[in-house]
Amino acid sequence: MIHQYKMNGYNIVVDVYSGSVHAVDELAYDAIALVDAGTPRADIAPRLLEKYKGRPEVTAADVADCLADIDELTAAGKLFAPDVYKDYAFDFKNRSNVVKALCLHVAHTCNLNCEYCFAAQGKFHGEAGLMSFETGKRALDFLIENSGSRRNLEVDFFGGEPLMNFEVCKQLVAYARSVEKQHGKNFRFTLTTNGIGITDEVIEWANRECHNVVLSLDGRKEVNDRFRKDLAGNGSYDRIVPKFQKLVAARGGKGYYMRGTFTHYNVDFTNDLFHMADVLGFRELSMEPVVTAPGSPEALTEDDLPKLFDQYELLAKDMLRREKAGQPITFYHYILDLAHGPCVYKRIAGCGSGTEYMAVTPWGDLYPCHQFVGDAAYKLGDIWHGVTNTALRDEFKLCNVYARPGCKDCWARLYCAGGCAANALHATGDIHGVYEYGCQVFRKRIECALMLKVAESLDPALARPAAPADSCADCGSCE
Amino acid sequence: MKHIQTLETRDMAKSLQNGGCGECQTSCQSACKTSCGIANQPCEKK
Repeated sequence: MIHQYKMNGYNIVVDVYSGSVHAVDELAYDAIALVDAGTPRADIAPRLLEKYKGRPEVTAADVADCLADIDELTAAGKLFAPDVYKDYAFDFKNRSNVVKALCLHVAHTCNLNCEYCFAAQGKFHGEAGLMSFETGKRALDFLIENSGSRRNLEVDFFGGEPLMNFEVCKQLVAYARSVEKQHGKNFRFTLTTNGIGITDEVIEWANRECHNVVLSLDGRKEVNDRFRKDLAGNGSYDRIVPKFQKLVAARGGKGYYMRGTFTHYNVDFTNDLFHMADVLGFRELSMEPVVTAPGSPEALTEDDLPKLFDQYELLAKDMLRREKAGQPITFYHYILDLAHGPCVYKRIAGCGSGTEYMAVTPWGDLYPCHQFVGDAAYKLGDIWHGVTNTALRDEFKLCNVYARPGCKDCWARLYCAGGCAANALHATGDIHGVYEYGCQVFRKRIECALMLKVAESLDPALARPAAPADSCADCGSCE
Repeated sequence: MKHIQTLETRDMAKSLQNGGCGECQTSCQSACKTSCGIANQPCEKK
């Protein structure tokens, strides 16, 4: 299976099963399309010569050269590669029960009252509550006990607003650091915060202990303050921005993301990203479509979709401009490591929710991920007794890209691994479903991300350091 | 090749033979929390 598209003056061909990406000229673009359509070989050259008859540089020899290139890439497994993975996907029922990541809901309460919050103002449609140190400690022990030989263990302090339980966050990190070496583990902590509770002490702690921090800001003041309000209805922008700036300035290059949400009210979300970059000085940016009930005033609509596509493309082109100017920004969804990205197992299995990734409530209950918390039908067990709903875990184990009929003909399926189970459930009533709106957005983002890679490879003005000659071509150390 | 330039990409079929170590980051954990994509996760195997 291949996918062809044109963007920013580039003709791009993606070979789905090999993962190859080709930048081609117009002749090759048309030739590949004809081959893909099953055109008889003898008909391809005459059809191309007919199409290009006004172009003297396109000769019969040239067309023959082009077809030879296609044959060579096909023989090398880089074009029209067959799907050799589909039978392996079924081995996922025998996946181990290793857990490597927990989303710790240390606070089911919040000091903001954002109207679009999928977590229902931090309470996840349930009771408010804070996780005790004992519960959190047991969660970390549960993770160590169930992580098998995995060395890197991820823990996200999440909520609600985790800094409303900062003392427990500190105690849990100290506990993890005290035991990780003896167990041969390396804890990577993440903090996701709305910023209200950031103090100098939080900054010092987060920048010392947290592998990544995710800082919630929607962009322009009027956009942020439309939804991100405190309990009295006051916008949060003026209080959180200086704290975020101070934290990032002190971070010393460690990872962070400014993470915004866009809604129907700001489909021009690139203006919010550019505000964060140009006015506020942030460089690491992420912006997500709102997760909310269809029909809500803030919900994105079908009419918004073409506008969003334009926005994503505009963003990609502007990122190239910034890169050329020596002021690059990073957009989370445009990060692609083509040479050292995920192996095919990851590309099929997906995010790991319900198997290697789980969410823990303040009371120690386990759910497949943070977006399932509060839905009793999706309770997996708890941190004292482990996963007791093994049928549910098995359902998630098998919920890979090949288990989703809606993904069968999608060229992007090995970039998303079938997408988000929670989004699928909320859109279709089934974790094996497909949230088509999200898929359309995702495909556009990947097209933009791949275009950036093509531009970085081909545009001499983008001074990417060349890979060392002996780095990849013949190395194979990944494999 | 005159007509086609191929970017350097990981050999996906090869990764079938020796991939799956599981050390990579859980994709939703890092920044988005509301939409899944695995393509932006680097491989931890060096």
